[in-house]
Amino acid sequence: MDYINIFVKSIFIDNMVFAYFLGMCSYLAVSKTVKTAVGLGSAVIFVLVVTVPINFLLDSYLLKPGALQWLGDSYASIDLSFLSFIMFIAVIASMVQLVEMIVERFAPALYGALGIFLPLIAVNCAILGGSLFMQQKDFSNISESAVYGLGSGIGWFLAILAIAAIREKIAYSNIPAPLKGLGITFIITGLMAIGFMSFSGIKL
Amino acid sequence: MAEEKEALFSKKNRALLSDPLDDNNPISVQVLGICSALAITVQLKPALVMSIAVLFVIIASNVIVSLLRNLIPSRIRIIVQLLIVASLVILVDQILKAYAYDVSKELSVFVGLIITNCIVMGRLEAFALANGPWKAFLDGVGNGAGYALILVIVAFFRELLGSGKLMGFEVLGHKAKTIAESTGVYALGYENNGFMLLSPMALITVGIIIWIQRSKNRSLIED
Repeated sequence: MDYINIFVKSIFIDNMVFAYFLGMCSYLAVSKTVKTAVGLGSAVIFVLVVTVPINFLLDSYLLKPGALQWLGDSYASIDLSFLSFIMFIAVIASMVQLVEMIVERFAPALYGALGIFLPLIAVNCAILGGSLFMQQKDFSNISESAVYGLGSGIGWFLAILAIAAIREKIAYSNIPAPLKGLGITFIITGLMAIGFMSFSGIKL
Repeated sequence: MAEEKEALFSKKNRALLSDPLDDNNPISVQVLGICSALAITVQLKPALVMSIAVLFVIIASNVIVSLLRNLIPSRIRIIVQLLIVASLVILVDQILKAYAYDVSKELSVFVGLIITNCIVMGRLEAFALANGPWKAFLDGVGNGAGYALILVIVAFFRELLGSGKLMGFEVLGHKAKTIAESTGVYALGYENNGFMLLSPMALITVGIIIWIQRSKNRSLIED
């Protein structure tokens, strides 16, 4: 797998939102205006780019069956992969804490706008999902996993940016009252997902 | 404490159980836990297993966090909560791998993603940190059941319309190569709607559920 292939695939074909529904909670809740959507989207890209490679290192030198071989042959038979959930989430939670402090210091307005959703990036399924899919995909080196993290982040960013722009416009249209807000957002996301399905099958 | 004087199933406590099923449903009203709800609803069986797993995790973590609520420093509470939830999920994952390997394969990463299921974290943040263990238990049961309800409804329609089966049984009759050999509704020329099996239809199904719920209960309408 070369880098461009992984990159394009993770943005369009395996799009976090449209193909796997990851990170839907914040996707639906923070997509009311384009500005906050851009803020959260960039935070997600950043956290993914940092956490996926770190978790890749953890996975290949600590958790995989046989990963502890560098300690000596007697450790080669140890399989710690059942610990991967707890290790991954610990890395993610501490990284998110770091991002939160940086944003609070350098962009207080954005910090106010994102509100509760900044700490909730830690529980954004897209972040943990990125690490878990990385584990399944068996990347051969760390830069491949970093490219994968970047691609999935950009895919998520594109999705939230698109829905936020649509929601800003749709506020002026005449929708049946019970469908307003959440309902129509679900249906539009479904239609967008149909659009993204046309990317599947593309080989680079 | 005033809490202890309250009857075990007082009106307030019953509301904790019944509210999340309709008026305050975690999926269709609070918009939490959507990710897993959509991805694993192609068939009824994984959806049921997932519901039970989430129900277990949400109840156990609610009770544990509520017992520890006075000991957890508020600055690091998210990490503490995540660790509690992650340990419970590892437990569920190992049990599924041991006793229901096929289903566990089908659910793949989505068992791990229970950790980041917003319902679990949302209830811990909003409820368990401020209430006693018995109330937290009821809240967990209520919200887990509300989640399960939507999951089962979506999976029911997707499996029925998409592949003509329920829990893997061919309830609509058997589809053979020609109409003459088929039984049940397939003998009348009925075709499965394969589109229901694709991911976009999960979103649209939930959208329609929200539509129906809000047209019945007009107080939920946003403006």
